[in-house]
Amino acid sequence: MSEVSTAQPHFDQPLAVELLESPLTPENTGKLGMWLFLSADATIFGAALVAYLALRIGSTKWPVPASVLSIPSTAVMTLILICSSMTMTEALSAIRRGHQARYRGFLTLTIVAGLVFLGLQAREWNHLIAAEHLSIDTSLFSATFFILTGFHGCHVIAGVVYLGVLLIRGWSGKVSAAKSAAVEIASLYWHFLDLVWIAIFTLVYLI
Amino acid sequence: MSTARAEVPGAGSTGRPQPGFVRRCIFSTDHKTIGKQFLFMALFMMAIGGAMAMLMRWELAFPETPVPLMSWVPEPYMYGGAIPPNTYNSMFTMHATIMIFFVIMPILVGCFGNFLIPLMIGARDMAFPVLNMLSFWVGAIAAVILLASFFVTGGPAAAGWTSYAPLSAVPIYTGVDWGQNLWCISLIVLGISSLMGSINYITTIINMRTRGMTFFRLPLIIWALFITAILLLFALPVLSTALVLLLFDRLAGTHFFLPQGGGEPLLWQHLFWFFGHPEVYIMILPAMGIASEVISTFSRKPIFGYHAMAYAMGAIAFLSWIVWGHHMFQSGMNPALGSGFMITTMIIGVPSAIKVFNWLGTIYKGNIHYTAAMMNALAFVAMFIIGGLSGIFMACTPVDMYIHDTYFIVAHIHYVLFGGSLFAFFAGLIYWFPKMFGRMMNETLAKVHFWITLVAFNCTFFPMHILGMNGHMRRIYNPLQYDFLKPLQPINIFISISAFVLGAAQFILLANIIWSMAKGKRAGANPWRANSLEWTTSSPPVHGNWDGPLPVVHHGPYEYSSPFGEEDYLPQNVETPAKAAVAG
Repeated sequence: MSEVSTAQPHFDQPLAVELLESPLTPENTGKLGMWLFLSADATIFGAALVAYLALRIGSTKWPVPASVLSIPSTAVMTLILICSSMTMTEALSAIRRGHQARYRGFLTLTIVAGLVFLGLQAREWNHLIAAEHLSIDTSLFSATFFILTGFHGCHVIAGVVYLGVLLIRGWSGKVSAAKSAAVEIASLYWHFLDLVWIAIFTLVYLI
Repeated sequence: MSTARAEVPGAGSTGRPQPGFVRRCIFSTDHKTIGKQFLFMALFMMAIGGAMAMLMRWELAFPETPVPLMSWVPEPYMYGGAIPPNTYNSMFTMHATIMIFFVIMPILVGCFGNFLIPLMIGARDMAFPVLNMLSFWVGAIAAVILLASFFVTGGPAAAGWTSYAPLSAVPIYTGVDWGQNLWCISLIVLGISSLMGSINYITTIINMRTRGMTFFRLPLIIWALFITAILLLFALPVLSTALVLLLFDRLAGTHFFLPQGGGEPLLWQHLFWFFGHPEVYIMILPAMGIASEVISTFSRKPIFGYHAMAYAMGAIAFLSWIVWGHHMFQSGMNPALGSGFMITTMIIGVPSAIKVFNWLGTIYKGNIHYTAAMMNALAFVAMFIIGGLSGIFMACTPVDMYIHDTYFIVAHIHYVLFGGSLFAFFAGLIYWFPKMFGRMMNETLAKVHFWITLVAFNCTFFPMHILGMNGHMRRIYNPLQYDFLKPLQPINIFISISAFVLGAAQFILLANIIWSMAKGKRAGANPWRANSLEWTTSSPPVHGNWDGPLPVVHHGPYEYSSPFGEEDYLPQNVETPAKAAVAG
């Protein structure tokens, strides 16, 4: 974003720090784009969760989630995902200060956390399918469960790939303090996964 | 991201080299080319959707008789040219789907949005040019998927464009298997295209305005497109969710919308209309914006109540989220809830009326130029009033109970979508054609097209109100099956003949477009002597939109007949002469 033209009068003034932070400046179109994408994505999850609640409230034979799903193991998954948001923040602040090795380290930790989350989710799905004999067409409970957690899982897979690309770019030295906006945009996406998961964990597992 | 737009001022004519043919015309990232691509795709789809309307009108006027010249269509789609009931079901489904998602939205949002936003706000291109290119091509894939559904066993979707479950959720109910699946997939893919487009529009309008272009100096069509993009951003995802659930019901054996598995058919209706009502305004707000530009320019007067116009669009957009239940008065909804939806729906009449009165106020005592563009814009206002007023009828629960699913509804939707959106499209096309293609459209042909279309349109759709009041159901295959509809058959025949005239008249438009692109009178930079920024560059604009620096804006876009200037217009990049004199 730094190679802006002198022909565009917008860019004449020197950039204040606040301008860099705000998505509402020409330098930060990418950030605003990500915010808009996330708001649309949140609408998808919102519609799915509302549909889930409507079906659940209308149902007479909805099982108590804790009787089918393992809350402790999912709590560990939740903890890992929340911690990965912290490591993501550390990676961002490291690259903003130009600490390449620290950036790569925390980014790797974040990716590993994402992979562990996915592994635990795969283990949970495997258990439900093999041991509990649940499949997507068994009941509305299983259908909503697999679709909600599966859609979130797809987002985590996409997020791991996304961060993986940033890590590779970090190794080849293409990420720097001046170009930290790309990392910040990715971290917006990663935090969003966290937020959505908290909603799913609460609505699908806990209550 | 935006680094690709960085340029060297004064290097060559445009600051960057012209790309090769493929990058320039096919996989172009230039917003002007993408806008034209959307236009041509929509015109192509309009021909298909229109042809289906013609076939339906033949069936309703002369039920179960062979359509002339159609005996080549193989069974089971048609039998020697006669339309069987399941083909008829597919036709009204695909007519609406094509016209709504692949004609009106690509034209108003895709074409005008892409072409006008950077030019009118003073930007070199969109904020994300590559995303913009992908938006078009993903949309084209969606169109191909939809068209492919005509060729699968069982034919295309036949559950109506609303695809109410459980009718749409179980293949044997309509006899359509992969047609309906492809319908769902096509609209999910289109949702992705629309998402990319709306992110681009909002980001561009917020972040890329040139110096001096404050929000309240934006032309009203940019306001309209901005608000439309916000509606798209939040409405289409809800449809995508519903479509995914419907696909799972059809393919994976779930029961989201099927009562036998504990599902809720009404959930589909709620999700669909939560998307569907904002969608209605997605299709009319850009049309309102076009009308504002054209009416102000050809009345040579500032738009009446600029701020009120912008706020009214915001109010319509907000209200559009809390009115969806008015499509579902028949669904056994709690009457108290129904009353709430009735009231919120009627409130939409207020900002809509503000807009109409402001257009009338703009015309009042103006120096009106009756160009073809102006005529179409005035027709838009007139037809929108009729469509808006019939909307108030169906907003009332008790009236809606009576006219629900009758031709009254069909009349209403065509008055706002054809009479509204399409007349605005005609106005916008004639108005911006010189900017798009560097040549004027033929004014005489455009006026002939306008008058035939206006008369035939009203002869086609106005009598549908009468049919509806008499109980003629929509989506029926053969009205002669019902004794009480037999006396109405002369009206059906009259409507169909008018519809054929209406359809034929569109060939005049097509001929005008093709002829004018090749042979039309060369247009100068500002043939209409209009104020907004797109008229300050050449026609068509160069790659990068302006030679040299971007224009700087000094005032709003509607300074017509200003007492300060010698001309009766004052482009946005020209300082007010009186102010300049003081400053000088």
